[in-house]
Order: sequence, then C-alpha cells, then structure tokens
Amino acid sequence: MTADLFQGWGTQLFWGTMVTLKVAFLSLLAGLAIGLAVALAKLSSSRLLRVAGDVYTTCIRGTPELLIILLVYFGSTVALSAALRRIGGPDTHFEMPALGAGVLALSLVFGGYAAEIFRGAFLAIPAGQIEAARAFGMRPATLFIHIRLPLMWRYALPALGNIWISLIKNTSLISIVGLEELMRVSYVATSVTRSPFHFYVLAAVIYLTLTIANSLIIDMLETRANRGVRRV
Amino acid sequence: MDVSLMIDSVPRLLEGAVVTLKLLLLTEIIGFVFALPLGILYANGSRAVRAPIYGFVYFFRGTPLLVQIFIVYYGLAQFEAVRHSLLWPWLRQPFVCALIACALHSAAYTTNILRGAIQAVPAGEVEAARACGMSAFQVQRLIVLPVALRLMLPAYSNQAIGMLKGTSLASTITLMELTGVANTIVASTFSPYEIFIMAALIYLAITLVITRCFKFAEYALSKHQRPLASAAATPEQVRHAD
Repeated sequence: MTADLFQGWGTQLFWGTMVTLKVAFLSLLAGLAIGLAVALAKLSSSRLLRVAGDVYTTCIRGTPELLIILLVYFGSTVALSAALRRIGGPDTHFEMPALGAGVLALSLVFGGYAAEIFRGAFLAIPAGQIEAARAFGMRPATLFIHIRLPLMWRYALPALGNIWISLIKNTSLISIVGLEELMRVSYVATSVTRSPFHFYVLAAVIYLTLTIANSLIIDMLETRANRGVRRV
Repeated sequence: MDVSLMIDSVPRLLEGAVVTLKLLLLTEIIGFVFALPLGILYANGSRAVRAPIYGFVYFFRGTPLLVQIFIVYYGLAQFEAVRHSLLWPWLRQPFVCALIACALHSAAYTTNILRGAIQAVPAGEVEAARACGMSAFQVQRLIVLPVALRLMLPAYSNQAIGMLKGTSLASTITLMELTGVANTIVASTFSPYEIFIMAALIYLAITLVITRCFKFAEYALSKHQRPLASAAATPEQVRHAD
C-alpha cells in the first residue's frame, strides 16, 4: 500500500520535505530579525529611517514573491561574478546556491510583512505599561526587553502565524530556481513515473499537513502568550 | 545599471502586464461568482452543508498556489478521459489552466472573507429586519449582503493584491505574463537587475491602482456614515442657550 502510494519515491519526498522545513525555519529566523529592525526604523524619530522603512515594506508587499526570488537568484549571481572578477579572481561564472538565494529572498519578503505587524503591535501596547516601567526606574534597554517585547509579542502572534503559514507555502517557489525541496522532488518524480496528478496531489497533501500542524502550534503559542490575560 | 535597457524593455513588459491584468480580472470575477453562494452557505448553512465548503476552503488555503496550478496543468493530462474529452483543446492552454487554478484559489479565500463579513453584520440589524416582517431571503438580500459586502472590502482588497502576485506563478507553466516576459528578456540579455526591477515597478503601479480603487469603493459605499456637509455646524453657528 505505502509502496504503491509513494511509488518508490518515499525517501526522496521525505528529504524534500526536510529541505522545505529547513528553508522555512532559516527564513523565519532571518525574517523576524529583518522585520524587527525595519519596524523599529519605521517607529524611530529619524525621518530618513522612517521613509526608508516605508519604501522597503511598500516595495516588498507590492511585488510578487516569485519575482523577488528570481531577482535575488539571478541578481546575486551577476553581482558575485562581477565581485569575483574585480578582486582578481578567475573569470568564471559564479552561481549563487539556490538555498542561499531562496532563504535570502523569502526572509526579505517575510521581513517586509513582519515589519508592519511588529509596528502595529508596538503601537498597541498600552501607554500605562510603559509609564509604570519608567516609574520603576527601568532603563530603556531593560524596558524594551522585559516590557515592550513580551507585550508586543502577544499582539503580533496571530498575524505572525498567518505570514508563517504563507512562508511555508512560498518555499515551493524556490523549486523554480532548482532547489531540491518538496516541490522539485515531486516534479522530478512526475517526469520519471509519468503520473503528475498523483505526485502533485501527494505534495499538496504534505503541504496541507505542514500548514495544519503549524496552525496548531501557533494556537498553542497564542494560548501561552496570553496566559497573563484575564478571561471575562 | 543600464537605463536605456530598462526603457527598451518597457513595451514588451507592458504587453505582459496586459496578460497579467486579463488573468487577474477574470480570476477575480469567476472567483467572486463562486464565492458568493459558498460564502452565504458557509455562514448560514447546516453542519452538513458547511463541512464540504470547509474542506474546499481549507485545501486551497493550506496548499501553495504553485501546486494547485501544477495539478491542473500537468496533473489533469494524466487521465486518458481528460485528453480525449471535448474540453481538451481548452485544458491544454496555459492561460486556461492558470485561470482555473487561480479562480478556485481566489474563490476559497473570498468565501472565507465573505463568511467573516456576514458574521460581522450587527445582530441588531438582522433582528430589526425580521421584526419588520422580512422573509429570510429578503433579510439576506436587503440587509445582510449589502452590509457584508461593504465590511469585506478591506480584506477583499488584500486578497486582490495577493492574487495579482499569485498570477506571476502562471509564468511557470509557460504563460507569457509580466513575470514570464521579464524572465525571457533576462535570459537573452542577462541583466537581471534592470529587467526585474522594471517589472517590479509595473507590479507596484498595478498594486497602487487596485488599492486606490478599493479605497474609493469604500468611501463611496459609506455615504451614510459621513457627516452631512450642510449639517456640520461651524463654530459661529453654535448658539449657546444663555
């Protein structure tokens, strides 16, 4: 039964799924860092930083993810080749690894959306909490780490969960530049077995499992983040 | 950065943009036509009615659009019956396949948005309509749907912009829309920055137009919530009782 279901591609599909998860988690970490930095830039008192942050989020959210992946992949290949020639390296064609380009592109996308969410969440913190922390004599750094971040996290989590699910789905786009993740493995499998419907539906079911499992994890995180909130 | 190359690429990119817009418009129209009854049933139907709609929405929201496009374009051709059917001349065209996948994807998202909007219609308004003696159909047509359609606009505009970005995936099944054209030009000139940034600017412009259209629709549909120009009292018009 199982042998028939995977038609001998079970192992490859499993490792493909692992690559998908690896790309997703690496992009999540880098994307959260970018998002936080851009959110702070958008909230800063410097006009230049605010404008730069606005331009970044507008551009990222208005262009297709596929285009950003293509731009980063082909763009970095051209840039790295040129840089290599300039430092006197061999005149060869340097190719950017698909994993690095994919993670970079997806974390830029995730960062753009996360920045807007973080900004809103920082603004949603009740002023009284900040005031109380100051009254206790907290230094700005302590206040940020112990008051602002945990409170912001609670407001940001539901929306962050949504873009995390989109990020998992967007990893499939890296298959276009040749990374051997779930989608690419399915593509290779279909060209060998000649049963595209079977393998693409199988890939869809695996993606569905990933997204359902992750929504459950996000629900748990939300419950935990809200443990200090009194239910009426 | 080669500016002349960027300018030279504009006419071809705009041709691609027309295909993108055509795909987007048809996707949204077909998606909405499907979503309207599904959303109403999803919000009001019995458990047995909601279950299949829930499955449909969950499948299309939980899997990547790329997989859905590949299932339609490559997957359906696996079946002998499809290849020998009357629809085959249509189903082998990348545009039709992209449209089918995108429209179903859009329908699933819009169904969910519409359900949320219908459930957000204030209960008092529905109650008042019933108290006036309206039939269930009249309540839906005259009270619930007009209010829900206005409430869903902000979320629907996000969905439309997401769908615009989704149409770029049609380039993977050889459709020559904006991203596909950009990719082809890059393959022959190998200057990715110029061409892809130019394409990104066109996408940004389309996004801007869509956002503006929805902002306008929201404004036009909220006439009853705006203060009347003639009724707004200016300071000198305010007379105090004493």
